[in-house]
Amino acid sequence: MGIIEKSRKKSPWVLHYDCTSCNGCDIETLACLTPMYDVERFGIINVGNPKHADVLVVTGSVNKRNARVLKNLYEQMPDPKAVVAVGACACTGGVFKECYNVLGGVENVLPVDVFVPGCCPRPEAIIDGIVLAMEKINEKQKKK
Amino acid sequence: MENITLQNVILIILAIVISPILGGILTGIDRKISARMQNRYGPPIMQPFYDFFKLLGKERITVNQTQIVYVIAHLFFSIVCVAMFVLKQDLLMIIFILAFSSISLIMGAMSVRSPYSKIGAQREIIQMMAYEPVLLLMIVGIYLTTKSFMIKSVFEHGTPLLFSLPLVFFAFLYVLTIKLRKSPFDFSTSHHGHQELIKGLTTEFSGPQLALIELTHWYDLVLLLAMISLFFAQPLWVGILIALVSYFLEMVIDNISARITWKWMLKLTWVIGIGAAVTNIIWIYMRNK
Repeated sequence: MGIIEKSRKKSPWVLHYDCTSCNGCDIETLACLTPMYDVERFGIINVGNPKHADVLVVTGSVNKRNARVLKNLYEQMPDPKAVVAVGACACTGGVFKECYNVLGGVENVLPVDVFVPGCCPRPEAIIDGIVLAMEKINEKQKKK
Repeated sequence: MENITLQNVILIILAIVISPILGGILTGIDRKISARMQNRYGPPIMQPFYDFFKLLGKERITVNQTQIVYVIAHLFFSIVCVAMFVLKQDLLMIIFILAFSSISLIMGAMSVRSPYSKIGAQREIIQMMAYEPVLLLMIVGIYLTTKSFMIKSVFEHGTPLLFSLPLVFFAFLYVLTIKLRKSPFDFSTSHHGHQELIKGLTTEFSGPQLALIELTHWYDLVLLLAMISLFFAQPLWVGILIALVSYFLEMVIDNISARITWKWMLKLTWVIGIGAAVTNIIWIYMRNK
């Protein structure tokens, strides 16, 4: 494993996008940043800028309006990148699945690498998902 | 430079190789200590290097073709400063070249159309307006004490500069917070996202470009800490110790203060920074008479 692959695993910078989440998953995602869970010990930083990000963390189900925004954010991120769907809504559409305006989970719009199930998922599960996403990025890069 | 000897060339190469390593480790220690101050565990010390190599391995996206030129100029001028410093060259020239380096980054941020980047660049210009006079007054003070702009004469000067320039030293410490973009003066860009300007100045730089900007930051950090140690050049280890203590002080200030507005920064820096430096210079002038 080269130094870049090793570094990639140790420094996932996260962009968090709230599609139509009820805010439950967002609170859990932001709870990861608190001293209690402290994601910075894994090198995870919440950058809030798609041009710096490696991992797109999406919460909530995708609807017809925000699918466009989600795609735009994803396209602005430089390769290699990964998408983590956090929560039941982001994975499958959750309780909003049958709504007239909802497209379903994030996978209908973007290629999702890691699904973190739960309503809402625990912060430990979210951190685990992000770390797993970076390993998948390296696998994807190798296949290219 | 009149004599290009093998010794000088080796010295330059050593400085160019060692200072980013030193700067990266110092940044890592900064992040670790900051985390401990916030009651967190914190990233590993080597985290800045992981970030750097990861950014190098990312896709090269540029907004326009000139952007990378400015980033390389930003890095190049900083390396020139470090090389001139280890050769004990003209301190005034180093300050000017350092300003060139900052201007390059501002031009790079101005060359794109993103409003975040542009406002960040404008704030950076205001920051330069605040700290450049203080840096120049520091050089004036050093000149009045040692009768030369050369770093060589600082080392040859009998007593440490700190004894004759205590207020200038204080002003330089004050300016260091602005130069390192630490809180309360971190409004052009900061290490933490989610501010009102996202990442300000560096918003539109991604991948390898951001890595080069980070590398330049390490060079600048080492150069500025080396300038602090100039104030106690005899013996040098005391100067280095003072520099490290000052850096720790910066971390404390970074963690205990909130961001202020640019108007406040300008007022405070011009009153406190320039005031302290000018007072010191007037005192030296009177003493020399």
